[in-house]
Amino acid sequence: MRRVVITGLGLVTPLGVGVQTNWDRLIKGQSGIRTIQGFDVSDLPCKIAGQVPRGDGSDGTLNFDLFIPPKEQKKMDDFIMYAIAAADEAIKDSGWKPSTEEEFERTGVTVGSGIGGLPSIHDTSLLMAEKGPRRVSPFFIPSSLINLASGHISIMHGYKGPNHAVVTACSTGAHSIGDAARMIALDDADVMVAGGTEGACCRLGIAGFAAARALSTSYNDTPEKGSRPYDKGRDGFVMGEGAGVVVLEELEHAKKRGAKIYGEVVGYGLSGDAYHITSPSEDGNGGFRSMRMALKRAGLNPDQIDYINAHGTSTPMGDMIELGAVKRLFGADLAGASMSSTKSAIGHLLGAAGAVEAIYSVLSIRDQVVPPTLNLEDPDDGTEGADLVPKVAKERKVRAALSNSFGFGGTNASLVFKAFE
Amino acid sequence: MSDVAERVKKIVVEHLGVEEGKVTEAASFIDDLGADSLDTVELVMAFEEEFGIEIPDDAAEKILTVKDAVDFITSKQA
Repeated sequence: MRRVVITGLGLVTPLGVGVQTNWDRLIKGQSGIRTIQGFDVSDLPCKIAGQVPRGDGSDGTLNFDLFIPPKEQKKMDDFIMYAIAAADEAIKDSGWKPSTEEEFERTGVTVGSGIGGLPSIHDTSLLMAEKGPRRVSPFFIPSSLINLASGHISIMHGYKGPNHAVVTACSTGAHSIGDAARMIALDDADVMVAGGTEGACCRLGIAGFAAARALSTSYNDTPEKGSRPYDKGRDGFVMGEGAGVVVLEELEHAKKRGAKIYGEVVGYGLSGDAYHITSPSEDGNGGFRSMRMALKRAGLNPDQIDYINAHGTSTPMGDMIELGAVKRLFGADLAGASMSSTKSAIGHLLGAAGAVEAIYSVLSIRDQVVPPTLNLEDPDDGTEGADLVPKVAKERKVRAALSNSFGFGGTNASLVFKAFE
Repeated sequence: MSDVAERVKKIVVEHLGVEEGKVTEAASFIDDLGADSLDTVELVMAFEEEFGIEIPDDAAEKILTVKDAVDFITSKQA
């Protein structure tokens, strides 16, 4: 099989725009969770979220005009624009500039989303109810279709290789990177722009997840405390938005052009719970098998994994079920590893989460430091024996990292990244 | 330029993001102003909204230039 390395990174998250801005703030222990801005939350039980900071583009704020001509913006819901901005950074970072027709045809895009254009669907439904079908914009469908993130990136950059879009709820970002790596390994492409994006932070999105009893509702007055994985006081996840995009590349292709190599995608595991539409199976078997498959593919034993970026959404059930599965898989080797949930700082970015967290995992290998689990003040029963990196980042040796993502419908994905040798 | 023409021109500039100088009477939305088929659908909707009229699909298909739009709207208002 051809080897696949990472040569570019791009982030748009509640901690800001840009990989270095994100990482600096994450390692400092900053939170991107705030009181929701931009829509009415007075009658919603959850009033906090991790929203991307908007501004003129300075200091990590997001200014869409820097990435997309204003005339084009009305044709895209937020999730598409986040993906374009993150892809822009990742592609520039990689330095990859195809010039021949063959090079364009060997470069593809796989950027998925869990939900797609929910704000557009919400607004357009209201408009149609009020003014009738003749007022529905011709751009409504293309602004909300999930694969239009990949579509726009391909159109803007001219990439004519595989063009795909994963839709597996909160596992989307991880599946996108895993699937794209396989497309390169199987020789369908030499370079893939891969990741996940989400922009479902709207009244309908909050109302829907709140109705499913998935959101935190006890920290509306102290937003930064709302996302607290493994803490006894956790009461649900905090919604986030944004995008994570990586450039994956076949190893020899990257070496030949002298590209900077962040690390290697060595393991990918997938599984289904076959259990429930929103709850993880109580024995954690799905997550266990997904992690085991990823390690097997990587040819690594648990004692060779130094960092685990947990799915860890801060829900009462999910966190401990995942930790239980990790404990069973790692056994005594867990003593040598650190495990944290970066959702404590940015919330749950749903379809973008796996891609954003893959990037954080890769950076932990680059800088030999693991990000903290914020708000972990009173660890829950059952967390004994696991280093969950409470509140403060930790410098340590990181040779390889495992990143987990588990989604509604019982869909699980695990990725393993390794320092490039 | 008539009031209708001024308003049409303003809508075209806003929706297509083109310079005002390019929006001449003879300018074709698709050939001269960079619109695609979806842009023209949206333009027609914006004309309907602005002038409080209905432009049936068969009429909309014949509105290809700024002048076509001004003439159709003027005829509806007469």
